[in-house]
Amino acid sequence: MYTRAYKTMIALPPMLWVALFLLLPYALMFAHSFWTVRDGVILHQWNVQNYVKLFQNPLYLDVLFRTMRIAASVTLLSLLLGYPLAYYMSFYAGARKEILYQLVIVPLWISYLVRGYAWKTILGSDGVLNGFLQYLHLTKEPVSFFLYSPFAVVLMLTHIYTPFVFLPLYASLEHIPRNLVEASHDLGAGSRATFLRVILPLSLPGLLAGTTFAFLLTLGDFLAPLLVGGPSSIMIANIVQSLFGTAYDWPLGAAISVCILLLTVSLLFLTERLEKRWAFR
Amino acid sequence: MTPENPSSSGSHNARVLLEVREVAKRFGAVEVLKRVSLQITAGEFLTLLGESGSGKTTLLRLIAGFEQPTSGGIWMDDERLDTLPPYKRRVYTVFQSYALFPHLSVRDNVSYGLEVSGTAKAEIPGRVADALRMVKMEEFAGQRPAKLSGGQQQRVALARALVNRPKLLLLDEPLSALDANLRKQMQGELKSLQRELGIAFLFVTHDQDEAMALSDRIALLRNGALEQIASPREIYAYPATSYTAQFIGQTNLLRTEVKGGVARWGSLQWGTLRADGSAIFSLRPESIHLHADGSMPASSVRFRATIRQQIFSGESEQLELDFEGHPLKVRLHTLGLLSGEQEFWFSPLDAVAVRD
Repeated sequence: MYTRAYKTMIALPPMLWVALFLLLPYALMFAHSFWTVRDGVILHQWNVQNYVKLFQNPLYLDVLFRTMRIAASVTLLSLLLGYPLAYYMSFYAGARKEILYQLVIVPLWISYLVRGYAWKTILGSDGVLNGFLQYLHLTKEPVSFFLYSPFAVVLMLTHIYTPFVFLPLYASLEHIPRNLVEASHDLGAGSRATFLRVILPLSLPGLLAGTTFAFLLTLGDFLAPLLVGGPSSIMIANIVQSLFGTAYDWPLGAAISVCILLLTVSLLFLTERLEKRWAFR
Repeated sequence: MTPENPSSSGSHNARVLLEVREVAKRFGAVEVLKRVSLQITAGEFLTLLGESGSGKTTLLRLIAGFEQPTSGGIWMDDERLDTLPPYKRRVYTVFQSYALFPHLSVRDNVSYGLEVSGTAKAEIPGRVADALRMVKMEEFAGQRPAKLSGGQQQRVALARALVNRPKLLLLDEPLSALDANLRKQMQGELKSLQRELGIAFLFVTHDQDEAMALSDRIALLRNGALEQIASPREIYAYPATSYTAQFIGQTNLLRTEVKGGVARWGSLQWGTLRADGSAIFSLRPESIHLHADGSMPASSVRFRATIRQQIFSGESEQLELDFEGHPLKVRLHTLGLLSGEQEFWFSPLDAVAVRD
């Protein structure tokens, strides 16, 4: 058996890591959210003013709801793209499976920024898309709402997060024993009934994991609004960024961060509960 | 259908239920089935017996509809079956690994087939309860399959198929995952259930004892071809080929020369109806008797042989003899330790001529 000292020695570095880079920052953030800033100086006076401001000023709530709307749209679109792809690949692609899988993975190796700038190039006033539409004489003037709109943010984030939805879905579909599909057909169910009654329910854990990825990653995104979003699609993380940056209001930024953290944690808690219920084995 | 005298190889109802005609199947270059033809009569318990790779499971999957034959056809009740998708065939399967739906309760597993086929809603609960009672699983109706033991899952799989009232049930090595005792018990239950319901069973197994114990008829497959199809008694007593004789039970293969109605094997000879030339005879170990054991028919073949080995197996003594350099297996029902050279005999009627 390992001695107590040995176990402690092994456990110490990760515990230190967690304490230093996770617990301490969270504690600081939490503390800051109850402090206040005056004349550019953070005063350690405990109060709840930041939270009151947060819920009284409609700007913050508006942005938060917009962020959640964008996150929901991205999640839904990623599912609509990712599920059929995962289903086709798992059940019908046969030998093409490997190459298709690689094609889905490859974009993950490309820098987020590069993909963002690529969308900028495509959607801009003199971008690829407008050039193409004018070339086809479908539009006379460049269409301006492609870029610098919530639409552009949703489009870019859907492109980026679809693989994150696809991967857990594909894994859970691959784990469905194929004789269950045969059993379903054997019992008289056609392809549609088999999908709805067997494949879809058994892929729910993957669906849940993918949904969680897409939603939470979008919720915390601040680069897409900066690159392709414009002022009309400012998201909650942009507010936090500016409060910690130019606005120098760390306490308010911390209060918003605490709210987002609570939202995230409760979502994770909910999905974990659901995942347990849907774990059949 | 009344199951009177079910042991008489399905003769109570000789109507052909399923006909497999000249069915061949190849996967790429591999010919898994070579023009197999067979018939299943209504209410019959037919076993597909063979080693792994003999094509028995493939034939079952062709009938279920999970594979398409390369050539030939399958008919059920004079309706062409092999052109229908599996969900349109009124044939149900009990899978080797049960294939129960893990996300559904036992009850929902059993009602699945009724629900998807549009059975009247009011009728479903009663039929599910009946099916679960039939396999003695009613108290587990609310459980998920993962909570059940292998034997219980087996019963649910059976109920899930039987609830649809099939005319033909396909069973793909359904007992192979169970331990020996449970297996024996399930064999008995399967057989009595089959008799009771009068459903034709097509049962796949590689276990010849299981095949002998359960079947009305056994279809022995070898390398994708049908070697012999007959009742267990017939296939044991009159194996058509040396392969059958060796696969079903134990045997001694005597390679003889026949000349003028007399078969010669070493210094032994006996009368036969076989034409001149070489002939193989199958002689079961229990057909060889110890001379000391009483009355010996006049026509019997007598010989002296050395006992090489003796194994006591409870109800019998297994001997390994050496007769003029040939090994011979003998099973005696009189018990006692033997040694040295003894006199034995067999009746020529028990030496069955087989094809190679």
